[in-house]
Amino acid sequence: MNRRRFVNLFLGGSFIGTAVSFLYPLVRYLIPPRQSEAAVKRILAAKAGELAPNSAKFFRFGSTAAVLVNTSDGQLRAFSAVCTHLTCTVRYEGDTGTLFCPCHNGRFDLAGNVISGPPPRPLEAYEVEVSGGDIYVSRKG
Amino acid sequence: MGAWRDKIEGYIEPRFQVSAIRDFARKKKVPEHRHSFWYFFGGICLFLFLLQVVTGILLLLYYTPSVDAAHESVQFIMSQVKFGWLVRSVHSWTANILVGFLFIHMFSAFFLKAYRPPRELTWITGFLLLVLFLAFGFSGYLLPWNELSFFATRVGTDIAGVIPWVGKALKTFILGGPEVSGATLTRFFWLHVAVLPAFALLIMGVHILLVQTLGMSKPIGTGETKEISFFPEFILRDSLAWLLILAAIGAICVFLPWEAGPKADPFASTPLGIKPEWYFTFMFTTLKLVPAHIFSIEGEVLAVMGFLLGGLFLMFVPLLDRRAAREKRSPVFTAIGLAVLVYIVLMTALTYLAPNIGK
Repeated sequence: MNRRRFVNLFLGGSFIGTAVSFLYPLVRYLIPPRQSEAAVKRILAAKAGELAPNSAKFFRFGSTAAVLVNTSDGQLRAFSAVCTHLTCTVRYEGDTGTLFCPCHNGRFDLAGNVISGPPPRPLEAYEVEVSGGDIYVSRKG
Repeated sequence: MGAWRDKIEGYIEPRFQVSAIRDFARKKKVPEHRHSFWYFFGGICLFLFLLQVVTGILLLLYYTPSVDAAHESVQFIMSQVKFGWLVRSVHSWTANILVGFLFIHMFSAFFLKAYRPPRELTWITGFLLLVLFLAFGFSGYLLPWNELSFFATRVGTDIAGVIPWVGKALKTFILGGPEVSGATLTRFFWLHVAVLPAFALLIMGVHILLVQTLGMSKPIGTGETKEISFFPEFILRDSLAWLLILAAIGAICVFLPWEAGPKADPFASTPLGIKPEWYFTFMFTTLKLVPAHIFSIEGEVLAVMGFLLGGLFLMFVPLLDRRAAREKRSPVFTAIGLAVLVYIVLMTALTYLAPNIGK
């Protein structure tokens, strides 16, 4: 290696090093910090008797929306209300007894399964437990 | 009066050498032929952009970018600030109209094959500007923090999230976290008023510089044509269009002021009849129509990849259309352009005419 090549490599390397040392903090600054939110496993969703048959209540479960449905034959079911297609929040439609996503017309039955439309997976189902006068919803498993 | 003018010119000329710019503008010619009507659209887009800069700066005076105050500040602008309704309506309406004119400008340049050498970079910078302005529209849409914009942002960013490999990281970066939240609003505001304008000015500078140095492209097969001067003839004609459009925007804003809508509730159901701004509806309706799975791949992944490939094709069309580069007609590319245009128009029309499609 001659002297010119050495100096060129040295200067080029220093330039790259300087550029990286400026860019690294910039990139790290732009990536949002991970905020640890305590994972919610179980939540008080409603009071017993609060929901008439064939109606639903939407509530916050952790950082997302969830839905508790009282079916027309009086069964309580709970799901994540986040559509599995492109994450809109579903609605409960009493006349058809289904959960409907107005964003791209996805429809789920009250077992969470896709009936029609583009959603690729069923809604995540939660466990429902009635304790005293309270209805609790918890993640499965 | 003349003496004053001479004095002012005598002061300015040696310092700024304005005559060089004036001479250049006078020397520059714009060809006149049966398609030269389409030349006006670039200037119209520039004018509408300037209108957005002015109204955007005015809105900054009262807008507050936080979850607790964003919607309230927009309502304050609309109902309490004198002419606030006008400034905001002009900003929102112009955003939509500007994107429409950008599409017209792009498709007219496409069909006239204005992208042929040496104007490949003019086309590519123009395409990047279209992408930037769609990003302006998308980021600005969330800022009032209303129901529609909240869910449109959720869907839009989830579309970015389905891109294989980089999707998740990209979505988190755009949203500032895993969900649409206050961090997203801050980020979109930052993008909308600082980052995107900086990039837009830079790319627009290159785009306009290229247009000025290379001149207007003539369609293939156009021989010698009549020419008019860029300044003042072309500019005067273009400015007439600017005035007419400004008057039309003013009239639209008076009769149809842009609504603030109900405040977003992240844990409520998505409202019925939700759809994004008109220029994203062709993708929105496509996503309604694609089946859940195609050959065991999720339908939306394929649709999003299709849009990405379509965008890349449009961006690099100057490198692909070798016939046009040799000044020969290229009907295949005209047909592809027509197919894309018909698809966009059809899907956009379906969004409004058949909202229950795929239900």
